[in-house]
Amino acid sequence: MNEHTEKNIGQSQHGLKEIFKRLSRAPLAMIGLAIVVVLVFTAVFAGFIAPYGYAEQDLMAAFEEPSGAHLFGTDEFGRDIFSRIIYGSRISLQVGFIAVGIAVFAGGFLGAIAGYYGGKADNLIMRAMDVLLSIPSILLAIAIAASLGPGLFNLMIAVGISSTPNYARIVRGSVLSIRNQEFVEAAKAVGSSDLRIILKHIIPNCLAPIIVQATLGVAIAILTAAGLSFIGLGIQPPIPEWGAMLSGGREYIRDYAYMTVFPGLAIMITILALNFLGDGLRDALDPKLKR
Amino acid sequence: MFKYIARRILFLLPVLVGVSFIVFSLLYITPGDPARMVLGDQATEEAVQEFRNKEGLNDPFLVQYGRYVYKAIQGDIGRSYMTRRPVSDEILSAFPSTIKLAALSMVIAILLGIPFGIISAIRQYSLFDSVTMIFAMVGLSMPVFWLGILLILFFSVQLRWLPSSGFDSLAAMILPSITLAAQSVAIVTRMTRSSMLEVVRQDYIRTARAKGQKESVVIWRHALGNALIPVVTVVGLQFGHLLGGAVLTESIFSIPGVGRLMVEAIKMRDYPLVQGGVLYIAIAFSLVNLLVDLVYAWVDPRIKAQYK
Repeated sequence: MNEHTEKNIGQSQHGLKEIFKRLSRAPLAMIGLAIVVVLVFTAVFAGFIAPYGYAEQDLMAAFEEPSGAHLFGTDEFGRDIFSRIIYGSRISLQVGFIAVGIAVFAGGFLGAIAGYYGGKADNLIMRAMDVLLSIPSILLAIAIAASLGPGLFNLMIAVGISSTPNYARIVRGSVLSIRNQEFVEAAKAVGSSDLRIILKHIIPNCLAPIIVQATLGVAIAILTAAGLSFIGLGIQPPIPEWGAMLSGGREYIRDYAYMTVFPGLAIMITILALNFLGDGLRDALDPKLKR
Repeated sequence: MFKYIARRILFLLPVLVGVSFIVFSLLYITPGDPARMVLGDQATEEAVQEFRNKEGLNDPFLVQYGRYVYKAIQGDIGRSYMTRRPVSDEILSAFPSTIKLAALSMVIAILLGIPFGIISAIRQYSLFDSVTMIFAMVGLSMPVFWLGILLILFFSVQLRWLPSSGFDSLAAMILPSITLAAQSVAIVTRMTRSSMLEVVRQDYIRTARAKGQKESVVIWRHALGNALIPVVTVVGLQFGHLLGGAVLTESIFSIPGVGRLMVEAIKMRDYPLVQGGVLYIAIAFSLVNLLVDLVYAWVDPRIKAQYK
């Protein structure tokens, strides 16, 4: 019995290191990680990398094909598309990470309570999550964003809430599998408060599946946010958002296709990288699936 | 079995109440006075107040919600600010296109996803498998709206093979359905493959092989049935994603469905129409999930056994 408990406690510390070791052997996951690191770097240092400002107009240079001066060409206002994509990475990553942060926090909190206390609280919370899940997540995000009105912050909330139920489910499942183990009982026996047990003993032990889901979740959040901006909810001009840029370029698709190609490519590469990383993390977490 | 069906149908009720509550709450917190929206800017303050009293807009939240549900049961979920027509009429006239689009995409996802998933799993680590998995990953990462634009660019603008908008002829349906299906094809392929790989490792498959059964019989008779059970669930969930994704696809290809209606309503701040669209699609999704669960129970004898 004792051994079993120790093994479980040990897992939480060794687990992550072991996972990253396995992850480093998956080439696609490492490519994904590298791209994500580069993207974070671009987002942080956008001001130094971008050759032009994101709202810098030059009507004389409108609709210029990609060239040395304008790597990805210019849009209808003569704004440099390359610079706007660089600045756009800021918005997309912010929305992706913060929306997932909101979802992990809210979902984790609800899931932990549902799983730890069980009974009525569990029933109430999980039925509420079922209701949220019965609305396709992009529609829920659309509905919330439409009510809150446009804006970066509202977009994050809309995307965050719409993906909360997934995290609640995962955390609840993990908590259920952990809450009756001996080390939790031991903590209870020495008089730890419920809050302390959940935060110090249970959450660290179900971190791994949350990390995987969060990585894939950032990808979904960025896609959802871009979709919302595409239909005119979310970010307002002149702030460069990839989905909004695509939507703007659509009108000129027949003559200036590059305007829609590059922002789309930016979205796809970002999502692809996050998916590679998330997939790699999942395999690293559960080696049984791989072989 | 009957008990299971009854239980499952009863379970639909709290979900519908919950969804209507969310939709109503979102309408309620939406900025802007509905009375002003209906009467216009020129209306006098008295007229607005009278309208608010008549429509019960000054009542407490829960009273208003109760009235909303009461009316919704009779099919009345408000009027569009734009056209003044009942929201349900607007949505019901647009619904067939959306369902047709989602169903077509679903068929594409099943017809492509399941065979590709099976072949990938049988030939794990082969060239076919690698290429399929890379395509699946790209499909998964492709924004619906971008794929739609690229397809229009290539097949409509460059080659002039297919129309770039509308939904009334078979040719016009091709690009939108492919656009919408892409992500689901990827998900169904990945799910079928991993589920198949899991089943193939089970003991009873080893037994079947050990007794000298032909490989094709092992795969098609013993493995496939069990491998497809989780795929059924994923396919059902995909329908929800497809209905959601239809909103974007319709607006790209100018298809007169619920999605485009909603996008136009968002632009005009016609909130009853937006939330009405959400309500209808959530109901459609719940009904499809009910259907999937029933199919599931019918396919999986374990569920049937539970409710004997």
